[in-house]
Amino acid sequence: MATPQSTVEGAAPRVPLFYDPRVRGIAYQVLVFAGLVALIYWIIGNTTANLQRANIASGFDFLQGRAGFDIGDSLVEYSSDSTYGRALFVGFLNTLRVAIVGIITATIIGFIIGIGRLSKNWLINRICLVYVEVFRNIPPLLVIFFWYFGVLSVLPLPRESIDLPLGSYLNSRGLYFPRFLWGEGAWLVLVGLVLGIVFTFFVRRWAHRRQMATGEQFPVFWTSVALIGGLPLLAFLLTGLPLSFEFPELSTFNLRGGIQVRPEFLALYLALSFYTAAFIAEIVRAGVLGVSHGQSEAAQALGLRSGQSMRLVIIPQALRIIIPPLTSQYLNLTKNSSLAVAIGYPDLVATGGTTLNQTGQAIEVVAIWLVVYLGLSLGTAGLMNWYNARMALVER
Amino acid sequence: MQEHDLSFVRAEMVANQPPPVSDHGPVSWLRKNLFANVTDSIFTILGIALIVMIVPPIIQWAFIDAQWTGADRSVCATVVQGGTQPEGWSGACWAFVDAKFQQFMFGRYPMDERWRVYLTGFLFVALLTPLLIPSVPRKGLNAILLFVVFPIVGFFLLSGGAFGLRPVPTPLWGGLLVTLVLAYVGIAVSFPLGILLALGRRSQMPVVKLVCVVFIETIRGVPLITILFMASVMLPLFLPPGTSFDKLLRALVGVALFASAYMAEVIRGGLQAIPKGQYEGADALGLSFWKKMNLVVLPQAIKLVIPGIVNTFIGLFKDTSLVYIIGMFDLLGAVRQNFADANWASPQTPITGLVFAGFVFWLFCFGMSRYSIFMERRLDTGHKR
Amino acid sequence: MKNIVKALLGSAAIAMMAAPASAATLDDVKAKGHVQCGVNTGLIGFSAPDDQGNWKGLDVDFCRAVAAAIFDDPEAVEFTPLSAKDRFTALQSGEVDVLSRNTTWTISRDTALGLNFAGVTYYDGQGFMINAKKLEGINSALQLSGAAVCVQAGTTTELNLADYFKANNMEYSPVVFEKFEEVNAAYDAGRCDVYTTDQSGLYAVRLNLTNPDDHIVLPEIISKEPLGPAVRHGDDQWFDIVKWVYYALVNAEELGISQANLEEKMNSDNPEVRRLLGTEEGTKLGTDLGLTNDFAVRAIKHVGNYGEIFERNVGADSPLKISRGINALWTKGGLQYGMPIR
Repeated sequence: MATPQSTVEGAAPRVPLFYDPRVRGIAYQVLVFAGLVALIYWIIGNTTANLQRANIASGFDFLQGRAGFDIGDSLVEYSSDSTYGRALFVGFLNTLRVAIVGIITATIIGFIIGIGRLSKNWLINRICLVYVEVFRNIPPLLVIFFWYFGVLSVLPLPRESIDLPLGSYLNSRGLYFPRFLWGEGAWLVLVGLVLGIVFTFFVRRWAHRRQMATGEQFPVFWTSVALIGGLPLLAFLLTGLPLSFEFPELSTFNLRGGIQVRPEFLALYLALSFYTAAFIAEIVRAGVLGVSHGQSEAAQALGLRSGQSMRLVIIPQALRIIIPPLTSQYLNLTKNSSLAVAIGYPDLVATGGTTLNQTGQAIEVVAIWLVVYLGLSLGTAGLMNWYNARMALVER
Repeated sequence: MQEHDLSFVRAEMVANQPPPVSDHGPVSWLRKNLFANVTDSIFTILGIALIVMIVPPIIQWAFIDAQWTGADRSVCATVVQGGTQPEGWSGACWAFVDAKFQQFMFGRYPMDERWRVYLTGFLFVALLTPLLIPSVPRKGLNAILLFVVFPIVGFFLLSGGAFGLRPVPTPLWGGLLVTLVLAYVGIAVSFPLGILLALGRRSQMPVVKLVCVVFIETIRGVPLITILFMASVMLPLFLPPGTSFDKLLRALVGVALFASAYMAEVIRGGLQAIPKGQYEGADALGLSFWKKMNLVVLPQAIKLVIPGIVNTFIGLFKDTSLVYIIGMFDLLGAVRQNFADANWASPQTPITGLVFAGFVFWLFCFGMSRYSIFMERRLDTGHKR
Repeated sequence: MKNIVKALLGSAAIAMMAAPASAATLDDVKAKGHVQCGVNTGLIGFSAPDDQGNWKGLDVDFCRAVAAAIFDDPEAVEFTPLSAKDRFTALQSGEVDVLSRNTTWTISRDTALGLNFAGVTYYDGQGFMINAKKLEGINSALQLSGAAVCVQAGTTTELNLADYFKANNMEYSPVVFEKFEEVNAAYDAGRCDVYTTDQSGLYAVRLNLTNPDDHIVLPEIISKEPLGPAVRHGDDQWFDIVKWVYYALVNAEELGISQANLEEKMNSDNPEVRRLLGTEEGTKLGTDLGLTNDFAVRAIKHVGNYGEIFERNVGADSPLKISRGINALWTKGGLQYGMPIR
């Protein structure tokens, strides 16, 4: 107990070292640090001992080895003669593919359902509510199984394929499209597309400035459509239609030729889209509700129609609320794509798992997984933060 | 000129009239809510079309054409497939769920020891229910019973090996039992661990902060499967040679660590929302760090983020299904495992099993989310003006 | 409260952790009172739990034989179901004492993965199965070009498949699953035309299909798959025990000793029988192994000889009905050859 004397006289009251918050803080940190170092040292020691016992060489040399297994679904050239590194790369591309396509679809469905949840139409409102409550409360793995077995059990065998328009087929081996075979001069079409996009960009900027300065509007939307759609079409016509199709045809077992979308991909893609869409819908709803009433009333007072007030007033403000949680949903979708392993879609985790099993390089493969997924997460987060910063409230 | 007073003053009030027909009753409700304008009507018609397209086939499949009883696959397969149903039949095979129900609930837990599971479940419900009902007193004692005494009792009841109970090794556990054990332990561990991590992340001490940030961000950045793989494949490598770890325990560690990182972020959100004055007030009262947190900051912070916490719980509950991928038989795993049973192999079995599993998961998650909404309303005091 | 929960979990962790296995696996096994045996998660005939949760199968019975030889109790064994992926780590880390999980003996598994195979309990080979009803006119694997093939990930099967199709200049589209049950389900649902795995496995899978009779196993065998129990490097005594339990079972069949006539054979004058059963005066064959001299008697008494195990689990007395073929004794034109017990 401090005597009254000491408080009066003590210019620097003597606190025992033990009670000094600064000393304590440092001591805690040293303890944590030492504990952590000891733990890591212990783990590394054990791991090396275990690896030596098991006769496993560590290091990433195995990536150069011949993989020896085939992968059904690959965006790049791959055969059983390729290396393990290549196999992992194929898996990585497959992860990216399903994540990107899934994110786009989930966003579209999510926005539709989210807006539907706000609809004054009772029926639409309820349908969307049921959708959200069903998908939010079921494990994604189950949703994937549903799609996979649902899709598989309904679809016929290749010999009884369902004919779709434009030379496409649907059967239990997947969805088959005709493949585009570009001929001579086809690059001009691409040039046309790029030019169209570049021109549109400038037209938009010019139109925006003019509207700011004079208040006159310019039909930007239709000009854009004309530029982006028209220029490639023009190039296509001028070069003499350099396009032919390779149609899928029935062979002994499966359809040959064309582009095949395998049911594993379809199931995973649909499941992830529908599952994530339920969450996005709730985010969108919360975002729109988060914009204050005054804003929509002000928009009405200005004479904007309801579509216009949604597009020009509500959505831009709602996006500020929506984007941060939306980012984490995108990340969740990317991470959930690792559930592919359950239905045999060769994503990074699946090809990595096979590699792990063939080589026994558990630590290296898991390290690759961690690095890649962390990289994807940080990359997406960075991209969305940049977009968020652009959308943030600009104080004038 | 005022011979006749034409003005009329009502001497007595007219009795209350019902609102005009156009403004109440089912017709007006329909007009207001379904057919307010042309677009609305179109959407309504589309919605009705959607319902007509989806709902009757589901009812047809799940109830009308479904097979409720049967001894083996023959009731659920068509004649061509070696069963008794006519060609083109398609219906739920509830007989399969009925026959395998015990397995879906307990896995391969020995038959004559299942009273232990029932007893554990009964204890759990008996302790949880009063905790969930706000008006029941003695919450502190109740919480201690549920989170301290119950795990010990439950552990010995389920795994045995003491007090004359036959040991039941965890590989025999399965089904909903494993799902609930995983979810319970995940929740019980991730909540306190999440609080610690959140406090660590907001700590003034750079080393502690860095450790927490790295831990949280790493775990949140990778899929649960990789964490579970790490727990199941790499944990044995990290431990001294020869140490063997129970498989269920490995999954528990993985799930709990994963959930605690998410929990930490939710709680951090709550901590950030507490005004600085509260911290300073507690400091001024001379409270120690832990007292300040326990008595002032955390009660307010946690109240703010209850929806987030329950969402994390729901996420954790759903994530327990992933242990199937590392070869454990939780509810989903047990259902999937039974697809391979030759006695029940038929085209309808997998879908029926999945629908059943989905329904059970849905019940639990939906229940949790409803409870969170209820609590949110109850606790929403003093913040509205 | 948090601390108590943590302390509790800690103690649970310790309770659930087995004692570290030192080099002497036998001592550990004796100390804990049972053999920990890694088996397949569910392959009928080799290792699969029945309705009551009892493990049944050839691989399972081998583990029971080892347990019986040590403890005179075929129930003194616990089974760890392992996927193809975690089986080796489980053995390396000491989680299991014996890996008896239809595992193929290869040089890289002997060397790089550090396993010791104690023998070959089943000579197998990889084959193909198709739905003959849907694919009429196909009777050879060489007609399979362009087919979708269902296969389990991370197995030698997957590699053999790639090699076979490449060697024969055929194309195929692999449909790869992590788990055995998933491969079955996908094949049954018509996701692929062909199912490939070890032939014994194909017969087991066929039983579980919706219409078993529609499916045929093609005649080609495209690989050698000697399946046997494995132990980890570094414990020769344990390796010897597992190895000689296996040879004892084969020798018992060669000598005509079965569960039924064991009592009678105990009094046999045949020196070979007496050596195997440890009834010879002053024998040290069993004690030198670290067991008792009657270890073979114990194993045979509880589990039967190799032939009985085979017939009961995969042979004529089982639903699989696989003929002995190359798994017959060497005296009957097969490959099973018991090393001399002397």
